Amino acid sequence: MSITTKPKTVKPYGALYVAEYRIRNMMRFKALIVMVSIGNPFLYLLSIGVGVGALIDSNNLIDGVPYLTFLAPALLANAAIAGGMDETVFPTLHGFKWGKIFFGINSTPITGSQIALGVFLAAMARVVFLVTIYWIVLYLFGALETSYSWLAIPTAIFAGACFAAMMLALAAKMENDNLFFTFISRFVIMPLFLFSGTFFPLSAMPIYLQWIGWISPLWHATELGRFLTYGREISNQMLFLHVAFLSVILIVGLFFAVRYYTRRLAK
Amino acid sequence: MTTNLIEARGLTKSYGDFIAVAGIDFHVAKGESFGLLGPNGAGKSSTMRIIAATSQRTGGDIKILDKDPNLHGPQIRAHLGVVPQQDNLDTELTVEQNLYVYGRYFGLSSNFIKNKIEELLDFAQLVEKRDVKVDALSGGMKRRLTIARALISEPDILMLDEPTTGLDPQARHILWDRLFRLKEQGVTLVITTHYMDEAEQLCDRLVVMDKGKIMAEDSPAGLIKTYSTKEVLEVRFGSERNAEMSDKLKPHCERIEVLPDRILMYADDAEKVLEEIIKQGIHPVTSLVRRSSLEDVFLRLTGRSLIE
Repeated sequence: MSITTKPKTVKPYGALYVAEYRIRNMMRFKALIVMVSIGNPFLYLLSIGVGVGALIDSNNLIDGVPYLTFLAPALLANAAIAGGMDETVFPTLHGFKWGKIFFGINSTPITGSQIALGVFLAAMARVVFLVTIYWIVLYLFGALETSYSWLAIPTAIFAGACFAAMMLALAAKMENDNLFFTFISRFVIMPLFLFSGTFFPLSAMPIYLQWIGWISPLWHATELGRFLTYGREISNQMLFLHVAFLSVILIVGLFFAVRYYTRRLAK
Repeated sequence: MTTNLIEARGLTKSYGDFIAVAGIDFHVAKGESFGLLGPNGAGKSSTMRIIAATSQRTGGDIKILDKDPNLHGPQIRAHLGVVPQQDNLDTELTVEQNLYVYGRYFGLSSNFIKNKIEELLDFAQLVEKRDVKVDALSGGMKRRLTIARALISEPDILMLDEPTTGLDPQARHILWDRLFRLKEQGVTLVITTHYMDEAEQLCDRLVVMDKGKIMAEDSPAGLIKTYSTKEVLEVRFGSERNAEMSDKLKPHCERIEVLPDRILMYADDAEKVLEEIIKQGIHPVTSLVRRSSLEDVFLRLTGRSLIE
């Protein structure tokens, strides 16, 4: 067999090649991913949305809407965050530590930044997929009130991107994966989930706990989602603040992700 | 344009206070098979990682394909095939998928990679394993796959860090055969090893490294000629008596090395030395006549054995 071409130029799409690999890897679990993407919102909506919602007196609206409607945007953003984390934390730990795959990738023209961005892009592909399905399920449950509620899809994806970027950086930085799981997931992720105005308005919490919500991308994305799915009244300044906060987290997260990836590979 | 693919001068790598590579000079010519021989911790792998353009030097100069790796890492890596000490294949993907994905990292087209995969599966004797997950392969097969993977981009330099460490003798010989074929095809090889038989089999020229420095440089035969005698007589008297016997044995050979378990007597005709000492009434428990190897060169250069 003769092979004639011998391309030796460095292509600029390194991050896409890495993303292609990651997606190829995810595809091994495609049935599972589809099932979880559909099953998860169903379970959440049935148990908490409908179940807890029924406990709350139906005349007793929260923020002027039924409980399910109030909860829906938070669940949407939370699903995006969970998906974004899954597809960044595990691949990063695997790539650096468990399988050392990133070191193999880095032996090719691919750089550390490209690996970090590739993992991020693949995670985002998964997030886009699962958020879209989640939104459809919310729609079927009648949890969305506005005609433009689909705009909550990008804001949820935005929240997923913020978490994905932060986790990418953290997982690359923390070389002790035990510490990562015990500390970060229990003392950072869990509180953010519980205290971000997810299940009840942030204002219902004592003021000394509200700060957790303010620094949580989940709260900012949920607020945007509520504005978009049932028209919660939010001032323009606050809307701007939410978007700005998420943007800063995303940019800072990606900046450090690229930096820590590059450093750890060059060790 | 020089014919040297790699040229290093005063190359240094330190991690904090620890100096892994202490200012070494070497070059690798096109088509050559170049070896770095030394014990664990000699600085071989650090040197390899600098050549592979993944770790930056802390001092000195190195040009790979006329480029500085600190400035042109990706461009240099586009021309290298790297076989790391520890396999870093994706164990969850199949043999074929591993090759495909890796080819993509070089920006190669799907068509090119698909053709190349057929050729490489054949070369690595993994045709029947193409759809098997890497997890299920033996150590030798994984190693061959890692080498095949490194060849996917038709590299100008193939770098092998301890290619056969941890493999059983049969797997090692299969691997050596494959590497020898590459050498015959004119692929430039850079190999690190702490096995002297491997270095003798595969390297045209090698440097002996110890504690970050180069102790000697020549062909395997040249090194043996310079630093050792043609043959060696190994005698054992039991661990208690080895030391006390060495004075009596010294006059019978060119050089003597007393190891904890045996005495090495260097001479061009070791058989004759054995006859002589027996005539003197010295009867070792066991005796062995063999040819000098790189192990002896290393012992001479460093006073220590290669595998500790």
